[in-house]
Amino acid sequence: MEKRTDKNSYTVLFAIGMVFVVGSILAFLAMYLKPNIDENKRIEKQLNILYAMGVNNNEGGSLAFVSKDIVADEFSKYVTQQLVIEGDKVTEDTNAYLIDVKKEIAAGKDGGVRRLPLFVGEKDGKTFYIAPIRGKGLWDAIWGFVAMDKNMVVQGVFFDHKGETAGLGANINKRFFMDDFIGEQLKNNGRFTGITVAKGNNDPLNKRKEDNKVDAIAGATITGDGVSAMLKSELKLYLPYFNTLEN
Amino acid sequence: MGLLSKKDASLITDPLADNNPITIQVLGICSALAITAELEASIVMAVSVLFVLAIGNVVISLMRNIIPSKIRIIVQLIVVATLVIVVDLVLKAFAYELSKTLSVFVGLIITNCIIMGRFEAFALANGPWKSFLDGIGNSLGYAIILVVVGFFRELLGSGSLLGFPVLGNPITKTGVYEFGYENNGFMIMPPMALIVVGIIIWIQRSKNKALIED
Repeated sequence: MEKRTDKNSYTVLFAIGMVFVVGSILAFLAMYLKPNIDENKRIEKQLNILYAMGVNNNEGGSLAFVSKDIVADEFSKYVTQQLVIEGDKVTEDTNAYLIDVKKEIAAGKDGGVRRLPLFVGEKDGKTFYIAPIRGKGLWDAIWGFVAMDKNMVVQGVFFDHKGETAGLGANINKRFFMDDFIGEQLKNNGRFTGITVAKGNNDPLNKRKEDNKVDAIAGATITGDGVSAMLKSELKLYLPYFNTLEN
Repeated sequence: MGLLSKKDASLITDPLADNNPITIQVLGICSALAITAELEASIVMAVSVLFVLAIGNVVISLMRNIIPSKIRIIVQLIVVATLVIVVDLVLKAFAYELSKTLSVFVGLIITNCIIMGRFEAFALANGPWKSFLDGIGNSLGYAIILVVVGFFRELLGSGSLLGFPVLGNPITKTGVYEFGYENNGFMIMPPMALIVVGIIIWIQRSKNKALIED
């Protein structure tokens, strides 16, 4: 005798039922948890911006953000201005850090004018200009924040990734890689060059700061190329603004 | 083991050696190659698979009498994908840092052949308790290989273990590097994972001739 579970009608009904149940569970959970997840993402952005400008709890070789409880206070204390650059127009917006860079890149591709967020921070008498960047790694998105002085010399960076290979490309968010960028110049003799993540750089301690190169991670060529590409294409957009600062 | 009958205990101990999911059943190779460049990543992956496989096995086992046989693979896939997404969402909401560490592994867990393999070969035919033990046993067997491979690849490839430089600093030439030792860059490439797994299989089969197939 044919088993009940082998019938076509049962199979179809089971499939419909399963889709309905699983879909409802996931939709409900996603809606219910969305406020928490959004809040975590907001805090993460503030932590990353502060990290790039050197406001962090790093000790020795370890990487540590400021504590989550005080991040809002620290953010308003150190980040003095949040700017949105649209073409020649520069406006202040206290929620500029919430601008979704991914959407802006898509808008730029469709021919629209991109809104470029830029955060101005003050620490120990120094002024930092922090720009968000975003690009492609080997498997998925990579992004980061770059803190610069007004001559586009890097003061600190924070990189992160969605799904780079663990142990290889995933190491772009480790200190040994990010710290190499400090002091590197994005311009060479007044011309924008970006910073290249280079293999065969022959400068593992990264003592040469004026060569626009940092040492690549072995086994993470594509991710490194992605970092170079996003530094070049994204930060170039800020060049007109930095040119006005120098005069 | 007083708690478990002899048969139940063998569900946990068999996959550790003589029926190991990686070296004998040759399942879960993809993730064993992809994420074992560092010991820490190996451990995180092993724990995640332990969690998903144990619970997934129980869920599939409970559903085993109502799953239509024609679409059972799709049902298994949905169960494991749902489990992983639920865990991912909850972690994102309440343990954000942990979720960031795990995000790389989410896709790899869903597509891990061990999970589908155990659902198909064991949970569909056995009760929830036995399936739970089978899940634990197989993920521990998987974990052993991952940790061994991760240990050697990180030690020989990067000269560190869990991120601590145990052999000295290769750039400033301290520790063993002072005497001309160099890290083997090839060890952090995926092909070396395959070779390390191959060596483990070789050693295992030369010790236990019964495992050699004709």
